[in-house]
Amino acid sequence: MIKVKITKNHNKFFILSGLLILVSIGALLLSGLNLGIDFSGGTIVHVDLNQQFETSDIREISDKFDENADITYAGEDRDQMILSTKVDLSEQQRADFLDALSEKFGIEQADDLLSIDNVSATVGDELKKQALIAVVVAIVAMLVYISFRFEPFFGVAAVIALVHDIIIVLGVYAVLGIQVNTPFIAALLTILGYSINDTIVVFDRIRENRGKYNKYDFENLVDDSIQQSMRRSINTSLTTVLAIGALYFVGVQSIKDFTLPMIVGFLSGTYSSIFVASSIWYLYKSRRKSAKNI
Amino acid sequence: MELKNRVKLSAILVIILIIGWILINGMSLGNYKIIPVKDAINYGLDLTGGVYVVLEAEETETDPITDEKINRAIATIRQRIDALGVSEPVIARQGDTRIRISIPNISDQQEALELIGKTAQLEFVGPDGETVITGEHVMDSTAVYQNNSMGIQEAVVSLKLNEEGTQAFAQATQEFLNQVIEIKLDGEVISAPVVNAVITDGQAVIQGMGDIDEAGNLAMLIKGGALPVQLDAVEIRTIGPTLGQDSFDKSLLGGMIGVALVFAFMFLYYRAPGFVSTIALSIYIILFMLSSVAIGYTLTLPGIAGIILSIGMAVDANVIIFERIREELKLGKSVLASVDAGFKRGFTTIIDSNVTTLIAGVVLFTLGSGSVRGFAVTLMLGIILSLFTSFVLTKRILKTFINASILNNKKMYGA
Repeated sequence: MIKVKITKNHNKFFILSGLLILVSIGALLLSGLNLGIDFSGGTIVHVDLNQQFETSDIREISDKFDENADITYAGEDRDQMILSTKVDLSEQQRADFLDALSEKFGIEQADDLLSIDNVSATVGDELKKQALIAVVVAIVAMLVYISFRFEPFFGVAAVIALVHDIIIVLGVYAVLGIQVNTPFIAALLTILGYSINDTIVVFDRIRENRGKYNKYDFENLVDDSIQQSMRRSINTSLTTVLAIGALYFVGVQSIKDFTLPMIVGFLSGTYSSIFVASSIWYLYKSRRKSAKNI
Repeated sequence: MELKNRVKLSAILVIILIIGWILINGMSLGNYKIIPVKDAINYGLDLTGGVYVVLEAEETETDPITDEKINRAIATIRQRIDALGVSEPVIARQGDTRIRISIPNISDQQEALELIGKTAQLEFVGPDGETVITGEHVMDSTAVYQNNSMGIQEAVVSLKLNEEGTQAFAQATQEFLNQVIEIKLDGEVISAPVVNAVITDGQAVIQGMGDIDEAGNLAMLIKGGALPVQLDAVEIRTIGPTLGQDSFDKSLLGGMIGVALVFAFMFLYYRAPGFVSTIALSIYIILFMLSSVAIGYTLTLPGIAGIILSIGMAVDANVIIFERIREELKLGKSVLASVDAGFKRGFTTIIDSNVTTLIAGVVLFTLGSGSVRGFAVTLMLGIILSLFTSFVLTKRILKTFINASILNNKKMYGA
């Protein structure tokens, strides 16, 4: 196997990661996250129209309550409609909308109404707060655990890699304009757990190999440790992405919303655990070494 | 030694196949019946279809929210939903001012929403079908004990009517003496007492209650007729039965494809130990299903994703160990020694990496709600079972294989 030279090339990885993060932050600032109704409040109605249709047909009806409502196709033959609006529709408005659809497309409400989601703005704010707290608590708890089991700077490097992954996942969502709802937060936390899991495996090797190398030979220590754990990192993310990917391709919309961020996050997590986290740790250690030598 | 281990192995394989078959198809043995695992699991609304609503009580200066009002509202809503004849609705209080309702397996979502949202109608109806008084005439209704004509203490509902109600009721009780006046809530008869006396003072008593609880329930329903508090739906999620079924079928299919891909990869890449890990993973999946039924949690759509993810994680533990075994073999150790060392050295790595994921699971469970919680449960359960299978089962089975002289060629380990 070719010897990996990650520490030597760390600048290249930093530039790549820096670019990805820059694009992500740019997209987040420019277009922002498309907050779904779970966080912004609003209504989603999913109806099986049993026939092909044009969004303009629906818009005629939906303009009555929201001219900016989002209308998308769903179903294998694009014969289902998903209406998504930031307006928290009243029961009357919802009933009127469904009645208008029944009249136009001749649907049976009991059978063809697939789902309704309606969240008020107050609940949206609560969910947003809850999600933010969950992410912060999880990161802090992991940082504490790693500092305790390894050394504090391993924890810092791992958390930098984590933030890297989260920004990239958010960036992909901002660029593609995919709606973000509560399942996304669950996915995000799983990515946290998974990415840190990957990083730990590499750090664990560094910890184990430390005695075998010259005290200040961080370059070979890190490179060899990465090399030894690289196959595991790649195989593991491969199997996980295979399993989750199958769900993504076969699953319904809500499963797709849930699995897509995971796939992006797992790939980014594997990359960052191999190329970013240990490079950061290496840089910090060798800087400290040269500072001591002066 | 060899023979003994080969017998042991065959026994393990046969047992797995039998248990797997029973879990999928169910079995009946005399009086004992094992139902298929897929019927024993509780499914969330997103898989069965159903209606989930969170109502919030609106507080005004003249109308403060009290526990009693919320409980009355819950009783009223329960009565309405029961009238729909659906199975296992859950109506629970959430926090101080909210009521959470979930109704599984309901076909007409819009109808259910309208039913929950509308104002209740309480009516006292005479035998001629005419309404005698309505909810607005009832000022108070409580459950009390009183002595009946035999001198025995019994639970009754005591009603207090307002002035207008008192007059109307006096007239009606005179007219319908010894006949039945039905008490209807939203058109459903909730009680049908016989008029024993003419009531002129606006203090009526409904007898014939089984116990004080029954009386309390009825009292609450009668009071709730006027809907004690303004309720607004702050969160509504409904899934039609077709979409629920579709979600379930597709996730199951996706899950099976995913597991098959993982098994194929493990077998092709790691060969002998990969094959052993597919056996261990099959046991893992069986254990997972059994413990899901045992702890009785509700399987949701994200929960299914959690299961698939946990299988991926269980595989990870195996991958870490197998990579270690390969390394040890390359150092020139014997197969058995390499396997031992591989498990031993993989242990701390796997513990540390799994604990961090477990932390994410615990945080999700504590701070999350609804389907996110379901996901957290599967994630945590998955991690614990995965540690057990890889360190207890995979190890034992792999060593049994080696002792049976089946998998003791180094080439079989890809080294």
